[in-house]
Amino acid sequence: MLKQTPLNSLHRAMGARMVDFGGWDMPVNYGSQIEEHHQVRRDAGMFDVCHMLVVDVTGSGIREFLRHLLANNADKLKEPGKALYSCMLNPNGGVIDDLIVYFMREDWFRIVVNAGTAEKDVAWMEQQRAAHAPQLTIKPRRDLAMIAVQGPNAREKTWQAIPGSRAATEPLKPFQAAEFAQYFIGRTGYTGEDGFEIMLPVAEAGSMWQTLHDCGVAPIGLGARDTLRLEAGMNLYGQDMGEDVNPLEAGLAWTIDLVSPRDFIGKQALLAKPATMQMLGLVLLDKGVLRGHQKVVTPHGVGEITSGSFSPTLNQSIAFARMPQAVAVGDTVQVEIRDKLLNAKVVKLPFARNGKALI
Amino acid sequence: MSIPANLKYTKSHEWARPEADGTVTVGITHHAQELLGDMVYVENPAVGRQLAVGEECAVVESVKAASDVYAPLAGEVVAVNSAVADSPEQINQDAYAAWMFKIKPTNPADLNGLLDATAYQALVESEAH
Repeated sequence: MLKQTPLNSLHRAMGARMVDFGGWDMPVNYGSQIEEHHQVRRDAGMFDVCHMLVVDVTGSGIREFLRHLLANNADKLKEPGKALYSCMLNPNGGVIDDLIVYFMREDWFRIVVNAGTAEKDVAWMEQQRAAHAPQLTIKPRRDLAMIAVQGPNAREKTWQAIPGSRAATEPLKPFQAAEFAQYFIGRTGYTGEDGFEIMLPVAEAGSMWQTLHDCGVAPIGLGARDTLRLEAGMNLYGQDMGEDVNPLEAGLAWTIDLVSPRDFIGKQALLAKPATMQMLGLVLLDKGVLRGHQKVVTPHGVGEITSGSFSPTLNQSIAFARMPQAVAVGDTVQVEIRDKLLNAKVVKLPFARNGKALI
Repeated sequence: MSIPANLKYTKSHEWARPEADGTVTVGITHHAQELLGDMVYVENPAVGRQLAVGEECAVVESVKAASDVYAPLAGEVVAVNSAVADSPEQINQDAYAAWMFKIKPTNPADLNGLLDATAYQALVESEAH
């Protein structure tokens, strides 16, 4: 039996094609995935992200706990509402999950984790809490739903849908959140566009989805979510990173603080095994479609595509590839697709941001 | 969308249409394109290639996934539709108009072994459950 979000029947009513996504019955598209992709880059779209899990950490000494738990430095969170993207590593330096942590008060931090890893994440946090910070409380919030509204017009349309929310959320900078009435609204997302992620009581999720729809926000499936995040250069857990991948070889070095004296879980392991590979973008020059696990042939050794698809913004195929460190932006490499070697250009990530192609 | 009665079908979701000149035109079904979603790439067999029945001979790729296309019957490829390779979205717009290639069958009677519209309809319905 697949798990359902509170929006399941609305997806069906809006014509969604549903798929099994890691045990959840989720909409992959509502017609055309490419149209949905453009809708987000050009106007506004909404995503059901209720399958992701909100976890609240409360008590005294949270900062100290997070300094140890997370690879990124929670001390960067100074202003209330500020959010930070971080990996949570195991002692071998593998990625248990990637997450966003919001600093609300010194005695309340909110963490949002991936759906597929949620149980494992909470168990790991709980184990660390018991060992290092028994005074803290870690509370999974399955009573909260989450809807992401993304696109150049996403904020305006959200303000129409939630009257009175504008004053509280217009001053938010990217990666910052605020509470308004029963809503928790963060200026975050997974598309490379402006917008909000709205957390709200499960009982209100359906009416919020409908109201946003009435305000001209189109429903967007997981298919377009994947091409949007790929163009935006954002990793997907389980595909571009995981417990068996060195995060320094997965384009995550910018999130891992190896410089400060702070010790965190996984740090010693990462210091002991320097990266020999790197993650870069590929744009296919020949006709075809790049896909995960295809082999990349370079003069410096072989690499592998971790995520690949067709980019609606660039109108050609793009990918993330893990390749030897000697490969440089601007090089041409070959990708093996069905026994043929096709040419691809190595590029810097991301491919697109805020409606514009960057390649 | 209804399943055209004048075509023959395979279990792997190709359609085949016998032409007056003895060739057989091949494409993928409306149901197949619906499952795959927005088409972005089509790779056809080379003209002149000899195909065995059931042989992987073409590829269609949507944004979501790649899918092999199998020869519905044995024969020689005598034509390919380059317009559909240039604009793969034609398959989404009308899967029965957007043909992929034409075969000159080794044995024209092989067509009788394919599914008719009623049998294909039943297959699609059984897969939906």
